[in-house]
Amino acid sequence: MQTEVENIRARQRARHHDFLRTILIIAAFAMPVIAALSLYALLNGSLDSIQALGFGFLTSTAWVPNPPNGGPPILGALPAMYGSVVTTLISLLFAVPISLGIALFQSELAPRKFRLPSIFLVELLAAVPSVVYGLWGILFLVPFMSKYVDPGLVGSLGFIPIFSGETNGLGMFTAGVILAIMIIPYGAAVMREVITAVPRSQREACIALGGTTLETVRMGVIPYASTGIIAAVVLAMGRAIGETMAVTMVIGNVARISPSLFLPSETIPSVIANEFTEVAGNNIYLAALFELGLILFAIAFIMNLLGRVLISRLTFQGGRSANV
Amino acid sequence: MRSMIRMSSKNNKRNVGIVALVVVILAAVAGGYYFTTMNTTQSTSATSIMTSEASTMMSSESSIMTSATMTETSMASVTSSIAAYNPTTPVSIVGAGATFPQPLIQTWTLQYHTLYPAVSISYSGIGSGGGIQQITAKTVDFGASDAPLTSANFAAAPGLVLFPETLGGVAITYNLAAFGITNTTVLKFTPDVIAHIYMGLITKWNDPALVALNPGVNLPNAFITAVHRSDGSGTTYAFTNFLSVTVPNWAAQVNYATSVTWPVDTKAGATGVGAKGNPGVAGAVVNTNGAIGYVDVIYAVSNNLAVGAVQNAAGNFVVPTLQTILYAAANATGTPNPADLRLHIVNAAGPQSYPISTYTYILVYRDMSANPSTTHDKAVALAHFLWWAIHDGQQYSSALIYVPLPANVVAADEQLLMTLNYQGTPLLTG
Repeated sequence: MQTEVENIRARQRARHHDFLRTILIIAAFAMPVIAALSLYALLNGSLDSIQALGFGFLTSTAWVPNPPNGGPPILGALPAMYGSVVTTLISLLFAVPISLGIALFQSELAPRKFRLPSIFLVELLAAVPSVVYGLWGILFLVPFMSKYVDPGLVGSLGFIPIFSGETNGLGMFTAGVILAIMIIPYGAAVMREVITAVPRSQREACIALGGTTLETVRMGVIPYASTGIIAAVVLAMGRAIGETMAVTMVIGNVARISPSLFLPSETIPSVIANEFTEVAGNNIYLAALFELGLILFAIAFIMNLLGRVLISRLTFQGGRSANV
Repeated sequence: MRSMIRMSSKNNKRNVGIVALVVVILAAVAGGYYFTTMNTTQSTSATSIMTSEASTMMSSESSIMTSATMTETSMASVTSSIAAYNPTTPVSIVGAGATFPQPLIQTWTLQYHTLYPAVSISYSGIGSGGGIQQITAKTVDFGASDAPLTSANFAAAPGLVLFPETLGGVAITYNLAAFGITNTTVLKFTPDVIAHIYMGLITKWNDPALVALNPGVNLPNAFITAVHRSDGSGTTYAFTNFLSVTVPNWAAQVNYATSVTWPVDTKAGATGVGAKGNPGVAGAVVNTNGAIGYVDVIYAVSNNLAVGAVQNAAGNFVVPTLQTILYAAANATGTPNPADLRLHIVNAAGPQSYPISTYTYILVYRDMSANPSTTHDKAVALAHFLWWAIHDGQQYSSALIYVPLPANVVAADEQLLMTLNYQGTPLLTG
């Protein structure tokens, strides 16, 4: 009788084990399969344009989907690639220090009474839909930038080409700023988690050596958390480079590579969002938009890879400094 | 040391934390309110633009309420009639396309549902290009587009037909308020000047060509920001079609389409800006000193934007109104041909015709069984709805600042609608 029960229990256990195993294997393979399928869909969709436009697509700056003389489309991805990379870099320039500051404040400095409200407010920002940011951008940020920030920068730093020229608030700089605001919550949340995870002994050791808070953070906390901080930056960057709606609303949507950050530009997602409804009956045009998607995939992949390389480097250094 | 203090007053601290949370939220709200009131002057105008869709929707609702008292206007001359229609099987019809006729089509769908409760119709404004795309992909029962179909569009969707359901105009709007030129000053534009601005050849407001057109107006030495649509749109189609018809250089270098490559965007020394949708263009113009843009007339009127007068074929400078757009339709040459209802009324003759006027179209399959999602019941209901729209539906136009269809166009539409069928069986019987 006893063994009967045990047998039933054992079979049940085996069944549960198999069940869980199947579920976990499906889950584990789902993501690579989805990634492979989307890569295949992008490649397949962009075949026409790869054949018709070749490598020139990556180097050309012209964007004439329907030439007035009825000829084949003349398309180049360079302005959109440039706009994507520049707006993402501007956003990281603002977002990384601010996110790090927020994370350090929340984990190191904030008294308990401020800690939770501050975390709550920052995470609230992450829940705001991007179209709302875009609306706020066009109603408030664009006039604000064109009235105060842009003319100020042109007036003081106008001798540098990137701060020169006419300003109207719509352009890469405003897009970068709005992206920064959008990715700060992501960066700050991940950074806070990794910084909170730094062992107490690191801080205590620094304090025991007479370190100030600044020195503790600089020597004891940040080096230890650096891999996690880079991972947070990579995550934030991934969100910035793929952001569509808010950017489309403030960037000015113009296929042009300008040295000035204040002039309108476009990003890969904004081009796709603006033009995908226009491709009926123009196969090369449709394929070119797919190819843009493929390029975005590649840019995101390369930037991710760079982040990974940076992480592995820093991990090694961290290990060495711990041995010293 | 610190932790000792914290422990000694733990309960106190928790209360303080809650108070702090409340204070922070209150501060955020107060700060937001402060900023809104600080920027009243500019944000009220901008806000009114963003809410215009809402305001047109409101006016459409109010028109429904007053519809009982409204009288039929221009439709009295139409004599054709069809057999009575009494649907009993509930059907749900889906349409999508241009945003320009959306308030009117939505009014129609609501009215029609009141008349025939069995028929529910939903319409989504996704843009003209999207409308063509969706009906070509057969995901909707009918599409709508401000731009007539091209031969490539027809080739991609065999059996698709189109007919005009209403018409409107495209207004030239500008923002020179910072230079003392307010909405009450109507600037004059010729087709050449507009084309040259969008080609990046005229880059300053005090360009001799603009000064010569507008004597007595103190035009500033300010850069022009030329705002255009970034998404495909029937508004762009009408605007570029007008410039192609009137300016040979434009036709050669840019031509016309729902989206074109704007020379001003890449011209050194000139600034072009692309914005999404009518609200985007209007927002960019209102927020940028020295900007010029083009939006649907309905949009410009309902948002009280500065609107310019455009020189028509007769040489007169005309401001867009319901009346001047109707003149353009009435003066368009030729009788509409039911076999091809793509009607061009840009640059119409007539001394009072507004030159940037355009029809907007409904797209359906002539044999509706071509679309697998359209059942026979849906096809019958849709055909009757469309018939109703070009007749009784036109009475709702004026209240929503649309121009009712002229009688000769209604007659041509009727002939086309009579050919709608389901596997060869006509859907409407006389």
